[in-house]
Amino acid sequence: MGLIKKVPVYAEHVPGGGFVATQLESVLSHAQACSMWYLLFATACCAIELMCTGASRYDFDRLGMIFRPTPRQADLIIAAGTITKKMAPRLRRLYDQMAEPRYVIAMGGCTIRGGPFYYDSYAVEKGIDHIVPVDIYIPGCPPRPESLLEGCLHLQKKVKAQKLADWHEK
Amino acid sequence: MSEYLAVLIFIFVGAGMVLFTFFLARILRPHNPYPEKNVNYECAELPIGNSWIKFHNRYYIFALIFVIFDVEAVFLFPWAVAFGQVGLYALVEMVIFILILLFGLLYAWKKGVLKWA
Ligand code: SF4
Repeated sequence: MGLIKKVPVYAEHVPGGGFVATQLESVLSHAQACSMWYLLFATACCAIELMCTGASRYDFDRLGMIFRPTPRQADLIIAAGTITKKMAPRLRRLYDQMAEPRYVIAMGGCTIRGGPFYYDSYAVEKGIDHIVPVDIYIPGCPPRPESLLEGCLHLQKKVKAQKLADWHEK
Repeated sequence: MSEYLAVLIFIFVGAGMVLFTFFLARILRPHNPYPEKNVNYECAELPIGNSWIKFHNRYYIFALIFVIFDVEAVFLFPWAVAFGQVGLYALVEMVIFILILLFGLLYAWKKGVLKWA
C-alpha cells in the first residue's frame, strides 16, 4: 500500500498542488515525530535510567513517548543495557517484528561498543550496530535522563527532516 | 420511533469511524511483510507450534465453579466487616447463602466435574 507516497507526485500536476505536497509531508512527519512509542527493551543497569526518564520527574510522555510492551505497536526500540551474544538474535527478532518506519536508539556504552565489557569478555556483543541499524547513539554509563531526553529530541529532529518517500523504506 | 433513529445514527457513526481509521491506516502504512516479521510475538523467542491450540473443555467448567466462590468472597468481606452491627439475623442469612452455593459445588462434584482426566 502506502498510497500516500503517490499524493505529492499527483499533486504537482494540479495548480497549487505543490503546497499540498510539502505541507502533507511536514504534517505527517510532525505527527510521527511527536508520537514515538518505544518498545521496552531493557537488559541491564541503563534500564534504571530509562525507567527514571519514563517516570514523572523527567516525564517522557511530554515528548509523546509512551512505552509499549509489544513490538507490533512500537516505532522505536531503546536498547538500554548490555546486549550479550545470546540476546543479540532476540534483539534482531524484535526489530524485525516492528512495523516500518522503525528506529533504534543505542543507550549507554554497552550498546555502543560493549562499554565496560569491551575487554575481557567473550559474552558481550561489542556494539548493537552489528545487529540492527542504529539511528541515535547516547554515550554514558549510564547516560543521565537528560542525555536520553536529548537523544530523543535529536531523533525527533531526524524524523521531522525526512522525506515522505524515505519513511516507507526505513 | 425517533428515539431509535439516534441509536441507528450512533451505530452508523461508530462503524464509520472504525472503517475510516482502517482506510486511513491502509493509505498511510508501508506494506512490507516478510517471514521474520510475521512470526508470532513470544517475547523474542521463536514460538513452538501453532498458537491455535485447543483448551481442554473442563477448563471452562473449573473457571465457572471458581467464579461462584469468587462472588461468595466478595459478599463475605463486607459482611464480616459489618457483622458487629447486623447481628444474628445476618449470620443466618449468610449461612443459607453459603449452603446454597455449597449445594451447587456438591452437585458438580457428584457429576464428576472436579476430575481432570
Ligand atoms: S552502559 Fe553502563 S550503565 Fe549502561 S548497561 Fe552498560 S554497564 Fe550498565
